Amino acid sequence: MTEFLQQLINGLALGAIYALIALGYTMVYGVLRFINFAHGDVFMLGAFAGYFLSPLVNRVLPAQSYAGGIIVLVLAMAICAALGMLIEILAYRPLRNRPKLTVLITAIGVSLFIEYTCQHRAVFGAAPRNFPDLIPANNWHLGGVVLSSNQVIVFVTTLLLLAALRFIVQRTKVGTAMRAVAFNEQAAALMGVNINSIISFTFGLGSALAAAGGILFAMNYASIDPLMGVQTGLKAFVAAVFGGIGNLPGAALGGVIMGVVETFAGGIPGLSNYRDGIAFAILIGVLIFRPAGLLGKVQTEKV
Amino acid sequence: MNSGAKRWLLAAIAVAVLISAFSAHFNRYYLGIAIDVGINIILAVSLNLINGHTGQFSLGHAGFMAVGGYSAAKLTLTLQSLVPPWAQPLLFIAALLVGGAMAAVAGLAVGVPTLRLRGDYLAIVTLGFGEIIRVIFQTSETFGAATGLTGIPRWTSFGWAWSGAALCVFVITSLVNSTYGRGFLAVHDDEVAAGASGINPVRYKVTAFVIGAFFAGIAGGIYAHHKSFLSPTGFDFMKSIDIVVMVILGGMGRTVGVIIAAVLLTVLPEFLRGFADYRMILYSLLIVILMLARPQGLFTFGNTNRNAKA
Amino acid sequence: MNIPLKSFLWSTVAVSLVLLSSPGCNKPSGGGDGAGGEPIKVGQFASLTGKEATFGISSDEGTILAIEEINAAGGVLGRQLKLLTEDTQSKAGEPATVVNKLIARDGVVAILGEVASSRSLEAAPICQQSKVPMVSPSSTNPKVTQVGDYIFRVCYTDKFQGDVIANFVSKSLKAKKAAIFTDVKSDYSKGLAKYIKDKFLTNGGTIVAELDFNGGDKDFKAQLTAIKAANPDAVFVPGYYTDAALICVQAKQLGLTAPFVGGDGWESEKLTEIGKDAVENQYFSTHYHPDVGSELSKKFVENYKKRWNGKTPDALAACGYDSVLVLADAIKRAGSTDGQKIRDALAATKDLQAVTGKITIDENRDANKAAVILQVKDGKYKYLETVEP
Repeated sequence: MTEFLQQLINGLALGAIYALIALGYTMVYGVLRFINFAHGDVFMLGAFAGYFLSPLVNRVLPAQSYAGGIIVLVLAMAICAALGMLIEILAYRPLRNRPKLTVLITAIGVSLFIEYTCQHRAVFGAAPRNFPDLIPANNWHLGGVVLSSNQVIVFVTTLLLLAALRFIVQRTKVGTAMRAVAFNEQAAALMGVNINSIISFTFGLGSALAAAGGILFAMNYASIDPLMGVQTGLKAFVAAVFGGIGNLPGAALGGVIMGVVETFAGGIPGLSNYRDGIAFAILIGVLIFRPAGLLGKVQTEKV
Repeated sequence: MNSGAKRWLLAAIAVAVLISAFSAHFNRYYLGIAIDVGINIILAVSLNLINGHTGQFSLGHAGFMAVGGYSAAKLTLTLQSLVPPWAQPLLFIAALLVGGAMAAVAGLAVGVPTLRLRGDYLAIVTLGFGEIIRVIFQTSETFGAATGLTGIPRWTSFGWAWSGAALCVFVITSLVNSTYGRGFLAVHDDEVAAGASGINPVRYKVTAFVIGAFFAGIAGGIYAHHKSFLSPTGFDFMKSIDIVVMVILGGMGRTVGVIIAAVLLTVLPEFLRGFADYRMILYSLLIVILMLARPQGLFTFGNTNRNAKA
Repeated sequence: MNIPLKSFLWSTVAVSLVLLSSPGCNKPSGGGDGAGGEPIKVGQFASLTGKEATFGISSDEGTILAIEEINAAGGVLGRQLKLLTEDTQSKAGEPATVVNKLIARDGVVAILGEVASSRSLEAAPICQQSKVPMVSPSSTNPKVTQVGDYIFRVCYTDKFQGDVIANFVSKSLKAKKAAIFTDVKSDYSKGLAKYIKDKFLTNGGTIVAELDFNGGDKDFKAQLTAIKAANPDAVFVPGYYTDAALICVQAKQLGLTAPFVGGDGWESEKLTEIGKDAVENQYFSTHYHPDVGSELSKKFVENYKKRWNGKTPDALAACGYDSVLVLADAIKRAGSTDGQKIRDALAATKDLQAVTGKITIDENRDANKAAVILQVKDGKYKYLETVEP
């Protein structure tokens, strides 16, 4: 029983991070109808931003303090938001009216570009680095189960961010505009919504969430390297599709389910080497029965 | 069926075999690249059938290549000692066909469940299948697992690779240009309308996958007997992306463009070797710039409108 | 008129013309007997980008250092060594192409590479067929040198290291029950795991849990939880430091206190940098340690730090360095750059003082070397024992 609970905790912590990244994917898809392959790399950049910011912040604030941690998180989110918007303006905006495939390939190109550039000796180099402890870490033993303070931080931060996101999307003007653009771009434009700013904002928001995911991930798994976004990004992406792409709660749910299932599969001897494959198998299974994903709406095609 | 086409096919094969006879005189490095080009042509043209002509978005083509390659290699490794030297080409052909057939089965397995999926969902699922296939080969001891299969006899020559490519181009273009083949383009243009006109989109989609996978499998077999070594990491998502980029750059659906793109994208990295450090950075930048500057593909000249022409 | 086929035919002709015009040399030309002053071309293929870049770069840095030092001391046979390196991008399929290029187009006299056994296995048949000697710095899969008599390695094989590790755990740690945690993506890890398991079972131990992970993964809690539940006396992790460090950290978080034991893939300053106190008291086997190392190895560490911005060399860098030492020594003894003569000289290497120990090439063309067992103490490696072959 303790093993089950332990795996559950592990899975939820991992899933929360997938959820944060998946939200970014799904928001961009909802607004632009395309999958931003470079999103996983923004996650990586967020972690690296934290890596470089931490010593700077520590010059002002004492090391390993909550205040310091929060500042690093917020700064990293801001930096990545800006980066995300930059990528959008440079690489995706010119292709706004082109077929989706073109933008997809461009996104793949951008993703590869970021990865290989960061691997270069002059930038980050390919070797993994140790992510500093932003906050003092504790491990609590409850019964046979171990809960780490970093995992608790993941839960708390994710919930807070989800709540904030929900607030923005449902209660603010910007959020309403986002939903309008996602629903019908032309009508929204006719209603006076500035499509370009909304799309930029969406990218910025999604990237900020990815950066948060990156920092939380690095806090729990302290080794960062330029390719860390590839597998994690892919799984989060699968989670977003699995939950119904374009659907925010779906992305969150998809992320959590993905994390939990992957963790449980990983703990079973004999299945652990199929861990990556399991994620996809689940995806395919779900999509066969629910082609629009768990919470997605089937788009009826108007002929 | 165009009998003119058959003549071109035979001419192409003849030229390939003739060149091949002089293989020993060529620089091995360049010869290797030329064979790689031939293999990539098969991969790109076969994916073009699925992505370009039929409009399905498949991101797992490397998986079919893996199935074909591993099956062919396993057959050869098991039977090669039982076969006298004069029969080796026959064994090779048999192995390639078996590889193609296994890949076609995989194509069926992928095509059927994905019938109801559109666009991005289809892309993910095909990506998923590609990954699952890779993971299976990575774990299966019969196929060498992480170490891969070594010692595959080096039977691929320029002649084999380019004859295979010629055959693939011939079959697929003939297919698409035939009356039956118009169905692929109809499904690409408007699936609902096609269905309403009496064309069964399901049948065409699955057929596209099966035929595309078959040739990818053949390409995999030729590849296996060229590098003499197969490793699961060589068939990952990145490989699928490489092939997709060839199809996109060539202009989806334009076979000529796709062939030229395949040649270019195989040869270009070799030229960039001088900039070893920056090679991949340049390659990815090139992809972005090409998409920004000329997204309809580099090699689409004249009308890009629906002429239902291969 | 069938346009695609026509264009295809023209492509065929075009490609053939290019081929016909290519220099037809299939033999190494970078040798020439005693063409005084002309540099000796040595080829290297390594993963400088991609998933395993961190290992390829380490090996490359050690190799470059050795070449520079030898050249500064006057070169070999009075000629400078010229290193031509090609990146395999950690991808399968690339080694064949680049090795072909190095041999057929660049005309190198010998090939150095690779770290990963799978990529060495891909290139070896080509070197063997072209009669160009190949020296692998750190591929440990026994199959590599079995490809042919032109293929050598300067490190020990997985079988030897597996025995060393298993014996240590059975006898020195007196563990009866063990768990094995293997990197299923790495043939190094799988090979080593297999030999460890075989020896451990022969020693009378039992394996209570066998789990896998994918190299590059960051989250191991799922598998570690299962391992903890099986309650082993020791845990084998025959993988690379990139994963080992995190594994130890997460194991500690989960309260798994059994000692962890690894192989030479653990050796790197990153292990203690990322693992910190979680790797304290863990064990691993490797090639050498400064305490029992020679003057040469001490100097190597110093010079490496100077050359590469204060970085401490890891096992892969040391092996890369040694591959050059062995090759240069062989060329010197052969007195020429003829492939056959270099090969024979390589096979006759005996007691060559190298960074990772005294190297003697045995009849399988593997390096007959001792291994050392180290323990992490106070963030440094403490030497425990040497195991002779």
